[in-house]
Amino acid sequence: MIAEFGLAALWLAAALAAMQLVAGALVLRRDEPTLAALVRPAAVVQGLLAALSFGALFLLFVQTDLSVRLVAENSHTAKPMIFKIAGAWSNHEGSMLLWVAVMALAGALIALIEHRLPERTLLATLAAQAFVSLGFYAFLLVSSNPFERLSPAPPEGNGLNPLLQDVAAAYHPTTLYFGYVGLSVAFSFAVGALLTRQVTPDFARAMRPWVLGAWIFLTLGITAGSYWAYYELGWGGWWFWDPVENASLMPWLAATALLHSASVLAARDALRAWTIMLGVVAFSMSMIGTFLVRSGILTSVHAFAVDPERGSFILALLTLYIGSALTLFALRAGTVAEGERFSVTSREGALVVNNVALSAILAIVLVGTLYPLLTEAFGIKVSVGPPYFNPVSALFFLPMLVVLAIGPMLRWRRDSLGRVQNEAVLLGVIALLVLAGVWFNTSIGLLPLLGLALSVAVAVGSVLPLKGRSLRRLPLAVWGMVVAHFGIAVAMFGMSADSAFTKEKLVAATPGETVEVGPWKVTLETVEPVAGPNWTALEGVLVASYKGGKPKQIAPQSREFWSPVQKTSESALLTRWNGQLYAVLGEEIDGGRWQIRLWWKPFVTWIWYGGLLIGFGGFLALLGRVLGDLKRRNLQARIARRRRTAADEEQAA
Amino acid sequence: MKRLLLLIAFILAAPLSAQDSLPPAPYAYKQLDDPRQEAEAKALMETLRCLTCQGQSIADSDAPMAGDLRHQVRVRVARGEKPEAIRAWLIERYGEYISFKPEVTSSTWPLFALPALLLLVAVFVFRNKLGKKA
Repeated sequence: MIAEFGLAALWLAAALAAMQLVAGALVLRRDEPTLAALVRPAAVVQGLLAALSFGALFLLFVQTDLSVRLVAENSHTAKPMIFKIAGAWSNHEGSMLLWVAVMALAGALIALIEHRLPERTLLATLAAQAFVSLGFYAFLLVSSNPFERLSPAPPEGNGLNPLLQDVAAAYHPTTLYFGYVGLSVAFSFAVGALLTRQVTPDFARAMRPWVLGAWIFLTLGITAGSYWAYYELGWGGWWFWDPVENASLMPWLAATALLHSASVLAARDALRAWTIMLGVVAFSMSMIGTFLVRSGILTSVHAFAVDPERGSFILALLTLYIGSALTLFALRAGTVAEGERFSVTSREGALVVNNVALSAILAIVLVGTLYPLLTEAFGIKVSVGPPYFNPVSALFFLPMLVVLAIGPMLRWRRDSLGRVQNEAVLLGVIALLVLAGVWFNTSIGLLPLLGLALSVAVAVGSVLPLKGRSLRRLPLAVWGMVVAHFGIAVAMFGMSADSAFTKEKLVAATPGETVEVGPWKVTLETVEPVAGPNWTALEGVLVASYKGGKPKQIAPQSREFWSPVQKTSESALLTRWNGQLYAVLGEEIDGGRWQIRLWWKPFVTWIWYGGLLIGFGGFLALLGRVLGDLKRRNLQARIARRRRTAADEEQAA
Repeated sequence: MKRLLLLIAFILAAPLSAQDSLPPAPYAYKQLDDPRQEAEAKALMETLRCLTCQGQSIADSDAPMAGDLRHQVRVRVARGEKPEAIRAWLIERYGEYISFKPEVTSSTWPLFALPALLLLVAVFVFRNKLGKKA
């Protein structure tokens, strides 16, 4: 009954999206108040229905209703509740339903609260949003119905991939999806502005919170995904330039560029056409990411859907959206006036460096990811991996970091480097000191060396904009920028330190034996069997002490799940402020000796602390913008009320 | 009847014997004694693809194939072979696909033309779009 209810709600939501699209499109042609009045309510009700539909699926997973195919294939009665719930979106159909539900709710929110834009522009935006949603509704209803029944119902479900039975893994796809949806909203705003020729600072201000929100989710999603790969795969790697990772990085790069160009448009009415273009590109990247992950074109733990029909459907949607948006852009871009001008040394100039560098890195990641797929179609298999991506993206990333350290101190429109001379020299000296200090003490690769030097300079540079300003009166958005830029420096420092100073030790140890790795002394005490709710494991008990300090116990496991059958190694981590000890238990070899892998990874955790800081900076900026908007709206309402009462009193007199 | 059951049991158990029961090669999970050689081997391993995994290098995987290749790399480095010679030998055996480090060839030149092109575009943007005074 719940399943049928969910399916009905989904059909109704799709019908409302169709109405929203048609009414919105007709209003664009000629002014029809009756039709125009339909669009906002349609968006609100569509949002509610789509949310109800996802709620129904959620309930089916909570109850483990095995007569629904999706539940039977992805869940199991013996699974912990937190993973039963995650089962609702840890599969193709469920994740697509979550996507449309969140997208429809976003549309409803816009319809309810957005009153800053000209009404026609807003209706065009909602119509564009409905256009995008309709494709997803069709996709769900035609080729991936999440509510399909099984008759007869199986006695037990299949379970969930053990690698995904992990809190970070269960929740990181949803954060990425929220990011993708936010970018789809930015896309709709861009299309709406283009259709009604309203590429204005107001458009940028209306779009910005959505881009910020999307960007925060993408940042957190990538951070969580990277940490998951780090501790779950058991070898201490945290970024592989794997196509699935690149699929989440590309929308992030585009969103970062869009965020900065939207700020220029909002503050200075410049970079109009470029901001629109980035809005289209950012959403295209999330579609391409979805295509890469969902189509099964890459086979990996993430690509659980291996079905060409779905791949071609997403590809068709992608072509339709991007194709029509780019056509519209080509037709209209000429009529979008260029906007205000500015000189090279100005805040805008620095932000253009940011945009050009991010776009170049995006192009490199995109081509590097798709190129092997392209050559494979011609029968040539090549691999593009870290030895390509690291240096080639650094070519643009490192200069961008230099500008990042200085840019926020520049004034809008026109400035001279002479004014920030002292700060620039200070940062240059800091970078050179770090460079020299590291250079003379150790021998490390060029990229980690430059990374260390620049990250320290950027960390200092990121807080310099606070100099000479009243910290209590500083707008939240500025705090957000400072925190996010500082986060970039922290993450960079972690990445460089990890790649330069990691110590590795692979040993076969008998219980009682002590191994040294970096400053640590690690003793293997025992290896014992343990059992969990749906797995059994061998657990190695290790005692580790840092530079002869107080010993601490860690216990890596080698687990065997039984539904479905799979082996995983659960690494054990010992975290200090300056890094992590990473331990993995391997197999038993020649009777009584156990393979143990140990790493001392200095400052590795700073990578993810940096990621969290970046996300938190975004959150502060978002909060500042939203509160500012609310305050302005209240003020306007109060002024309007006072005017009315004044007019009334005048009339009464 | 009993023999038939036994036969069926054996047939059902057949996939088990297909699992590789061989112990991993000695240097799959063991480092070289010389730290300089080990560092050299590690750097090379990080740029070689584990062919049975997805997107991971042989330095990041528990797969038997990755273990065998780690052994090969360490043994050859210990023998004094140059890392690039070992890469060439692996490419000859397994194809270009095994190396994460694309070389400039007739099939990969666009990868290297791209950054050069992007640099040109960047220079063009700064000179022509921003060169004029506000």
